[in-house]
Amino acid sequence: MSLALAKVAPPPDDGITAQETGSTETGSAARVSAARPFIEFEKVTVRFGKGDKQVQALSETSLSIQEGDFVALVGPSGCGKSTLLKLVGDLLKPSTGHVFVGGRELGATPIRIGMAYQNPTLLPWMNIRDNVMLPLKIVPPFRSEFSAKRKTEFRDRVEALLAQVGLAGFGEKFPWQLSGGMMQRANLCRALIHEPDLLLLDEPFGALDQFTREELWQIMQDLWMTKKTTVLLVTHDLREAGFLANRICVMSARPGRILDDSSVAFARPRSIDMTYEADFVALNQRLRSLIVEARGGTGIVQAGGH
Amino acid sequence: MDGLSDLIRRKSASIALIIGVFVFWEVACLIGGISDIVLPRPTQIIASLIQYWPAIRPHAAQTLFTTLAGFGIGVLIGVAFGVAIGSSRLAYDTAYPLLVGISSIPKVAVVPIFVLWFGAGTVPAILTAAIICIFPIVVNVATGIATVEPELEDVMKTLKASKWDILWNVSLPRAMPYFFASLKVAVTLAFVGSVVAETVASNRGIGNMMMVASSTFNVPLVFAGLFILAGLGVGLYAIFSLAENRITGWAHRKDLAVT
Repeated sequence: MSLALAKVAPPPDDGITAQETGSTETGSAARVSAARPFIEFEKVTVRFGKGDKQVQALSETSLSIQEGDFVALVGPSGCGKSTLLKLVGDLLKPSTGHVFVGGRELGATPIRIGMAYQNPTLLPWMNIRDNVMLPLKIVPPFRSEFSAKRKTEFRDRVEALLAQVGLAGFGEKFPWQLSGGMMQRANLCRALIHEPDLLLLDEPFGALDQFTREELWQIMQDLWMTKKTTVLLVTHDLREAGFLANRICVMSARPGRILDDSSVAFARPRSIDMTYEADFVALNQRLRSLIVEARGGTGIVQAGGH
Repeated sequence: MDGLSDLIRRKSASIALIIGVFVFWEVACLIGGISDIVLPRPTQIIASLIQYWPAIRPHAAQTLFTTLAGFGIGVLIGVAFGVAIGSSRLAYDTAYPLLVGISSIPKVAVVPIFVLWFGAGTVPAILTAAIICIFPIVVNVATGIATVEPELEDVMKTLKASKWDILWNVSLPRAMPYFFASLKVAVTLAFVGSVVAETVASNRGIGNMMMVASSTFNVPLVFAGLFILAGLGVGLYAIFSLAENRITGWAHRKDLAVT
């Protein structure tokens, strides 16, 4: 097992954030990307509210993510991790700066996105198969073929994906008949069924017990290794970040900025046992101390700035 | 097996209790010597129900018709408003205060206006029934639509779903349990509306029949009218309960859960 920890950028202390200039290390970039990286934040800030009540959620952030990468965002709660995710998903507009996805500014992006939250939000009136199939009903080009293929091709596709996450034979069941872990698997399937170019995960495993969570990490890893979708994962769990991601960005307390940007080069497929090995624990501890530091006041001092 | 006999026991207990109430009424009137001009006994009411049935029937049919017509109109308007209010901030801010205002007006007060516009008879009864049942439907449908989980909305938006897609696939089905709950309330309220209008301004319908009967001190017939209204109300309520269980069984899954 090759273990390597590489620091991509030093933690900046000037309030301006880590600027990773697309330096993909060690030939892992299987795909030749265009001049622009797949996701690019250009001096993005986000402020909520107006006047005195204005809250800055994200201080000037620049970040780029290569296509096919698996990036985890960690940081103290309320640091703007989810804000960053929402920017990428075009659910939120930046107050200043630009977000480019797939080389084009947000809003004009033709890429397909899948999303999964901690709350599985499966529709209770549909069985698991129909729930997973929902994106095919909405996203082109599947949309136009939906009524013709829902009972044949699409159905087989859903069943295949369900089988891949260990839910074979559960298509007819309704969400309430499933355990939390199973619902979350179905949620992942729903986020992936339309073959998204980009998968956004906001603490998808946060509400699960440890064993279920570890099981789902492995399933998630398998899915990523077969599909090679670009994934952006927001999590509190440093072991989860280390296990799943190729790259971990640590964010400061509100207003968020990227404090540290590390690549995680453990060989895949990774095993749960690996998370107890010395190198992994060392990574974990380093990230932890960064977050503890970030919680302890620097963010509050920063809040006075613009 | 055990569950079934339990169900039978529960049902028979409730039936026995209902019959018991009527028996108590009957016996209390007999022992207390209460005149049938004040409070007729259930047996007297049933007797007059049978005696006057040919005369009651067209009135009952009229009331059922105006109620259902008004209810139908109310449902259409209520759902349309509910969807608009639940999905648009602007519609919420403008239409909600208006609706609350309208719904606080006693419906008896609007009957004369309808009579002025459309003349006495069927139309005012239908309209009164309609406006009285719009409000609960609007409020419930709007609540169902406005309370879609924000996470789910985000998921739909990242799929580039249109407002219509979200409404059709998520919000409307999700509002169904709220909608059916409001239908049960609305259908009973619709009776109130049509009977009030008939009492004030009509020569047909149960409301009018009760007015005429009370002016001739035929109190058992007045109560017979009440029985008819109660029976119709219970019947329609039961129909919508059944439809509710059929269509939105997923929201009442307690009995179905497989663990």
